[in-house]
Parts: sequence; C-alpha cells; structure tokens
Amino acid sequence: MALHDKKKKKKVTDEVILLDKVSKSYSTGSPALDNISLSIKKGEFVFIVGDSGSGKSTLIKLLLRELVPTSGRVEVNGQDVGKLKHRQVPKFRRNLGIVFQDFRLLNDRNVYENVAFAQRIVQTPTKEIRKNVPKALAVVGLAGKYKAKTRQLSGGEQQRVALARALVNEPPILLADEPTGNLDPKNSWDIMQLLERINEEKGTTILVVTHNREIVNAMQKRVITMKKGVIISDEEKGGYIDED
Amino acid sequence: MRISTLFYTLKQGIINIFRNKWFSLASIATISACLFLFGLFYTVLANFQSMLKSAEEGVAVTVFFEEGVAAERIQEIGEQIRARSEVSRADYISADQAWADWAPENVGEDYQDIFSENPFEGMDNYEIYMTDVALQQDLVTWLESIPEISEVRRSEVAANTLTGINAIVAYVSVGIIAILLAVSIFLINNTVIIGISVRKTEIEIMKYIGATDFFVRSPFVIEGILIGLIGSCIPLAAIYVLYIEVIDYVTIQFPALTGLMQFLPVENLFHTLVPVSLGLGAGIGFLGSFATVRKHLRV
Repeated sequence: MALHDKKKKKKVTDEVILLDKVSKSYSTGSPALDNISLSIKKGEFVFIVGDSGSGKSTLIKLLLRELVPTSGRVEVNGQDVGKLKHRQVPKFRRNLGIVFQDFRLLNDRNVYENVAFAQRIVQTPTKEIRKNVPKALAVVGLAGKYKAKTRQLSGGEQQRVALARALVNEPPILLADEPTGNLDPKNSWDIMQLLERINEEKGTTILVVTHNREIVNAMQKRVITMKKGVIISDEEKGGYIDED
Repeated sequence: MRISTLFYTLKQGIINIFRNKWFSLASIATISACLFLFGLFYTVLANFQSMLKSAEEGVAVTVFFEEGVAAERIQEIGEQIRARSEVSRADYISADQAWADWAPENVGEDYQDIFSENPFEGMDNYEIYMTDVALQQDLVTWLESIPEISEVRRSEVAANTLTGINAIVAYVSVGIIAILLAVSIFLINNTVIIGISVRKTEIEIMKYIGATDFFVRSPFVIEGILIGLIGSCIPLAAIYVLYIEVIDYVTIQFPALTGLMQFLPVENLFHTLVPVSLGLGAGIGFLGSFATVRKHLRV
C-alpha cells in the first residue's frame, strides 16, 4: 500500500501539466473546451494541433491563467491555476516561457535589451543579467548579434530572440503558440530543431501549438489533436490528422 | 525592491516621457499653464492679502476713559489691551499730546496763546490697531465691558468691507484652484492612457513573463510625477522673472503707487510658492497617473 502511494506520488510530481475534466464556456456560443482531460509529464515535447476554433488558444490561455476554467481543474507545476489569487499570478507565470507567432519583440530596443527585459521583470540583479543574457543568446545562435536592433533581423532571427527571451529565466515549461506561423520552411525547421535541442539538453517541457503539418509529421513527437473543444486524438510519436 | 529595479523603473518613467514626447509635452504645457495661472493667482492673492493686512492694521479702535480714572489704572488697562491676540499695537495718547497734535493744524500755530487751558482735558485715550479686523467686534465688546472706559470709537464700515473682501478672495481662490487642478488631473489621465496604449505590446509581454502589478504600473506613475514636477518648474521660473520685472516696472513708472501698495519681496513669495507648486505638480502627476493605471491597466 505504502509502495503504491509512493509510486502514485511520484507519478503526480512528474506531471507538470494536468487538465481534469476541464470545460470553458464564453457568454455566447458553444463551449470553447468541453470536458477535456490530459496530462503532460516533465520533459515532454508535445504538439497541439487543430483547426481554428478547436480550443487550442483557450487551452494556452488557461495554462497561462489568462482565463479560469468554467469547470474542472487545471494544474501547472502542481499549482491549481483556478485557485490562484490575482497577486499570485505573476510568480506563477515565471514558471512558463512563452513564444508567439508574431514574436512580440520590443522594436525600440536591441537584441540584448529584449532578452534582458525578461530578467529585469523578475528582478534579477544586473550582474546576473550580464551573465545570463549572452548565455541565452548563445543557445539560440545569436551571440554575435546582441547589439542589433530587432527590425534589422530576419523573421527566423526575431523568433530566436523571442525564444532566448522566453528561456533566459529558465522556466520549466515553454509554451509556443504557432512559433513558425510567420516563418519560411527553412526557418520553421531551424526553430523546431532548436526547440527539440532545448527540450533534450535542458529538460524543458515544451508545448507547441501549430498548423504546420510537415513539421508535426517529421518530428515524431506526441501529438494532441483538438476539434470543437474536445481532444479527438492523443498519440505518442503521432502525426497531423486530416480532419476532412 | 532592488536598487537596480528602482533605477530601472525610474529610467523607464523617463523613457516613457520621451517615447511619448508630443503627448508628454502637451501635458507638461497644460500643467505649466495651470500652475502658472495658480502661481499668478497666488502672487496676486499673497500681495493682496499683505496689503489687506496693512489696511487692517491701519484701522484703529479708539477708547476714551471716564473722568477721574487714575493714570495707573489707565496704564493697567493698556497692558490688558496689548495682551490680546487680535491687537497688534495700542498707543497711549495723553490729552496734552492729543491737543498738541490737533491744535496747530486746526487752531493755528499760536493755539497756546488763544487757549490757556487744554480743551481736550480728560480725553486721554488709546489708539488700538488690529492684527485681524474680523475680530474687531469681539474687542469692542470686551472694551465696552470695562467700567472705566467711557467711549469706544471704531470704523465699522472699514472693518466689514475688509472682512467681506477677505472672504470673497478666499472663496474665489479655492474655486479657481480646484478647477485648475481638476483640468490638470484630467490631462495627465489622458497622457497616461495614451502611454499605456503606445506600450500595449510591452505591457502584454511583461504580464506573460510574470511582472508584478507594481512593476508594470510604477513607470507610468513615475512618468506622471515627473511630468507634474517639470510642469511646475517652468511656471516657477517664469513667475520669478515676471514678478521682478513687473515690480521694477511699477516702481519706476508709477512711483506714487509704491506708497499705497507694498509688494512682497520675491523671496517671501517663493518661500511658499516653490514647495506648494512642486507639491501640487507632483501630486497632480501622481493622482492622475495612479488613478489611470488602476483603471486602465488591468495586470
């Protein structure tokens, strides 16, 4: 019995993301998420795919605690997201790195300042920032471009800066919302390889929301497919499912 | 809070002003205009109050004594009068002095040949000058209660007029200052709202990365306070120069007026105006920006 409890406990701590019968409804229309359950373990690399309106964005917003579930429980790093108080949200979000389709860089600042910005927000001492930012830029292959203004960079490079900014605080989970949506195939592939390397080397749990069929099929990772607010498929080493 | 975070927040507040420079300039200009009006108003008011004070001090109450009151008693009453807070000065005028002051002008230089005795005999009196003319009635009531005093003379019209003017000036000042402050707060509000919309992406990123409410909001509050402080320094400098110029001009062009109007020295004026203006500027900036970030910056 005791051994069983220990095993159970170990299993729980391995799950960095847990959704238990989660529904989310907005004031109008059908529910954005309808009674979904899933668990993601520490160090996993997961794709979330589905058409527009399938509930992917709502899922990401729930994980970021931008939204709270209408019913069910969302746990991230063992914290019940729905029970977090407003003042606890900033500290909670420091466990999550996020990358967007449109990069969302600060165009009035250079590469270094964009990455350092994430460290300043969590009040890292300046001395530490000076050490950590070049390291993060080296991971994404932009160590030599730290002085460049973001507008001078290609789309792929801008996404790398965004990735460095998401990683510099060393979050255990990285959420990437359509990270290749604005990139050409080569840059898309480079970004995905980079994410894979970060996942393998640092053990960061990575969740990628994407429409990119080729990449999903080529990467052979876990794929969760959503449709109209429900999970229709969850496969280890899965592929992009044609919904037609 | 870390020192580096404090400097970062301060720097961001300053950067906000430059990033949003046209709106910042508009806010600074408007606050400057409001505080310039306030400064002008205060300057006129302070001088007016000072002149009123002089006028009040010029309004005298004269008391006469019953016949046969001993000199010691008159002196004792004089001490009691001087001890009262509303009394700035009480001058004893003996009957002989009163006659000597009055007669040469009204009787002639040879008044002593015409009158062998002092017709003002028994008219020893005190001329009492007030610190606050509004309290004249209290003093008169008290004086009239002293049995040795036969008569109390005063100028009720002058006292009532000065008290009335004082009240009107006070009400008008409070009204105008309140309107100016409300306009300034409204303008700071708008500037900060525009600042928030300009920095929408940055604020979103800050939220996602895990910035606290304080970290996100404080640069905007600092921006508001700085705009308020800059907006208060400009009119202070302008009023300083203008005040000196105007006094010089009036003194040279209208020397007769300087006898009637005693202008306050610029140092006296600025002793109050500088802290009040800076406080108002910073206060307007703080209130305007703080209220705005609380309302429009849901972190």
